[in-house]
Amino acid sequence: MLGKTAGGLFWMSRYLERAENAARLLETGQRMALTRTNNSAEEWGSVLKTAGVLDGYLAKYDEVAKDNAIDWMLRDADNPSSIRSVIKLARDNARLVRTALTHDVWSAVNSTWMQIDEGMKRRVNERDLPGTLELIRQQAALVRGATLGTMLRNDIFDFTRIGTFVERADNTGRILDVKYYVLLPTAFSVGSSLDNIQWESILRSVGAGGGYRMTHGQKTRPSDIAQFLILDQRMPRSLHFCCRKIQENLSYLKKDYGFAGPSCEASNTLFEKYLDLRISDVFEAGLHEYIQDFLTDLGNLSRQIEIDYRFYE
Amino acid sequence: MRKTKSMSEYFDEMFNGDGSLRGPYEEIGRWFNAEDASRLRAKQREAEEVFRLTGITFNVYGKAEAEERLIPFDIVPRVISAREWQRLERGIEQRVRAINAFLHDIYHRQEIVRAGRVPAEMIAGNEAFLPQMLGVSPPGQVYTHIVGVDLVRTGPDDFFVLEDNARTPSGVSYMLENRETMLKMFPELFSATNVRNVSDYPRNLRRSLAACAPACADGEPTVAVLTPGIYNSAYYEHAFLADQMAVELVEGHDLRVVDGRVCMRTTRGYKPIDVLYRRVDDDFLDPLNFDPDSALGVPGILDVYRAGGITIANAPGTGIADDKAIYSYMPEIVEFYTGEKPLLQNVPTWRCSDPESLSFVLDNLSDLVVKEVHGSGGYGMLIGPTASKKEISAFRAKLKLRPANYIAQPTLSLSTVPIFSRSGLAPRHVDLRPFVLVSSEGINITPGGLTRVALKKGSLVVNSSQGGGTKDTWVLED
Repeated sequence: MLGKTAGGLFWMSRYLERAENAARLLETGQRMALTRTNNSAEEWGSVLKTAGVLDGYLAKYDEVAKDNAIDWMLRDADNPSSIRSVIKLARDNARLVRTALTHDVWSAVNSTWMQIDEGMKRRVNERDLPGTLELIRQQAALVRGATLGTMLRNDIFDFTRIGTFVERADNTGRILDVKYYVLLPTAFSVGSSLDNIQWESILRSVGAGGGYRMTHGQKTRPSDIAQFLILDQRMPRSLHFCCRKIQENLSYLKKDYGFAGPSCEASNTLFEKYLDLRISDVFEAGLHEYIQDFLTDLGNLSRQIEIDYRFYE
Repeated sequence: MRKTKSMSEYFDEMFNGDGSLRGPYEEIGRWFNAEDASRLRAKQREAEEVFRLTGITFNVYGKAEAEERLIPFDIVPRVISAREWQRLERGIEQRVRAINAFLHDIYHRQEIVRAGRVPAEMIAGNEAFLPQMLGVSPPGQVYTHIVGVDLVRTGPDDFFVLEDNARTPSGVSYMLENRETMLKMFPELFSATNVRNVSDYPRNLRRSLAACAPACADGEPTVAVLTPGIYNSAYYEHAFLADQMAVELVEGHDLRVVDGRVCMRTTRGYKPIDVLYRRVDDDFLDPLNFDPDSALGVPGILDVYRAGGITIANAPGTGIADDKAIYSYMPEIVEFYTGEKPLLQNVPTWRCSDPESLSFVLDNLSDLVVKEVHGSGGYGMLIGPTASKKEISAFRAKLKLRPANYIAQPTLSLSTVPIFSRSGLAPRHVDLRPFVLVSSEGINITPGGLTRVALKKGSLVVNSSQGGGTKDTWVLED
């Protein structure tokens, strides 16, 4: 396979995953704003920060306001991480690697772009927002379904999956990075309604509300949430799950190619360092420092993968 | 079901003058009459949806953001009888053989110039002539691995070659996708008729390319398609062909010269390519040997090629054979190399470089079609009968300034085939581009081709960049 193709597959998946995550963040932000129990501007600021687009937003607008924040995250062409921008990038990458994709995967990605492009020609008003976000999530599910159902389990599939899980781990990490203080056992009075809303919003933004209840019942405890998002082995958006998948797919490549670059070992190190431990260890070391170090190491791993498999010249 | 009056002076391939069906169209005509127009319209829309979803689009140049457009597809097939096709096939094969012999000669001893059949200045002074190719012998002496011969028709037995595309002819993906679409939408039509299959093209293409691998190729030759990238107007086709042939689709920045071979950067390191089907023009192929600013090519590829380390398809420098000035010499060229009379006619052509021809052309501009020698895609040409006085006088000035840059031809009465328009069947002008594969194993012509159709009533310009559409092209079995 061409190095460029591996890179195209990796980035196609990352962008698709990013679009889906951004849709979920927007959904959560919208819901938080509707509960009116807290400062809406602050909440939207935190949503923008989590998506990593706050600086760009503030370069364009003077203050954080709901409608502008939604438009910025949804469709602003000046925002390279807006949902519309990343779906365009995903589709461009899919075109680039068209020969590596099955017809089903390609048409799923292409139809996603066609519908988003059509639906986002104008500002999306509040009433249409839920439908638009639902469309994004459905299309993401369609692409994922086509990928799992029609692609050969070969190196093409491996690079696709690695891209997905690097992006997903990064997203879960960012949510924890921005909201870590809500999860600290000491910083708040347990059980207030504000806390409940905050905790719920964290779970919602990774689509894990139901999964959490299934695992922990009705009792919401910050350390359980942290444990769930970081160390749970079954939760498909936990850092543990994502890093395990990255590790696995890199090991398939190693087997397939008969060699491995430093990234393969780095994925093992990443896992041992951050995930082969208990949640109390994490709190002891400091949740915030832990997450920031994790995100730095994840970024380095991603760059090493790009080098090892010759994505670029 | 009647032809409009103004179009009736042209030869229609479906209907005779009295409104009866011509032989090859009998089944189609019966089918169409039995069909409900609204169902057909729904099918037409369905076809467009399939094209859009599959991404069968072309990019329009000269727009701020590269816009992707569909080439309109018309559901009424264009039908060619077995007898008609046999004649065309023989003529095309003869012509393509002559083109390859001509190219070999031009880049070696230039016998045809010595014999005085083609003037020396037509070669040496031609932009499409590549001195770097002198003395180079490509494997199997094949220069044009892929040729698209543009044919037009003016009567039941009158076919003309309008143009030989010997560089990087495009459109074959439309030939294949149009057929796929028709098979999906109207399967019943195919069970009623004996239409020859075109779907072998990608397999034949790969085999044909592999057969021309250089001597250094080890085992099954590695073939790759070179594209300028996703913003190129024919990118869809490049990806389609690479996909169908199961070979890599590469860009210039995927390639570099390593140990005397052109290699592609794979996830496992650099791997040599034996045959490169390039869809990049000569000028951009090698920044070291041609345009130094090109980012589309591979520095040093021409040196590897000259040393026999890679086969480039088509060979660099084939443009000298499809140049519009050389075109006028094709009858002599065919005769010189095959010793036979040409089976396919050329359109009579005036070379404006010749003073006598120039003065004739200047006197008759309103009746002629004048083309730029190096132009393509329907740009930069004058269609006298439909041009305004102002356009003609502007063109006259250009022509006088650089006469050698132009050729002129009579306005041909191109045949028509009906399209399914809003008001039912309506005749529109068509041309035909069959696709020819050349290898050391022989010449293979796919029974079919790309029929381009001018969708605007009365228009003679079929180019997709100028509002043309396409049709599925059927060659019938005997």
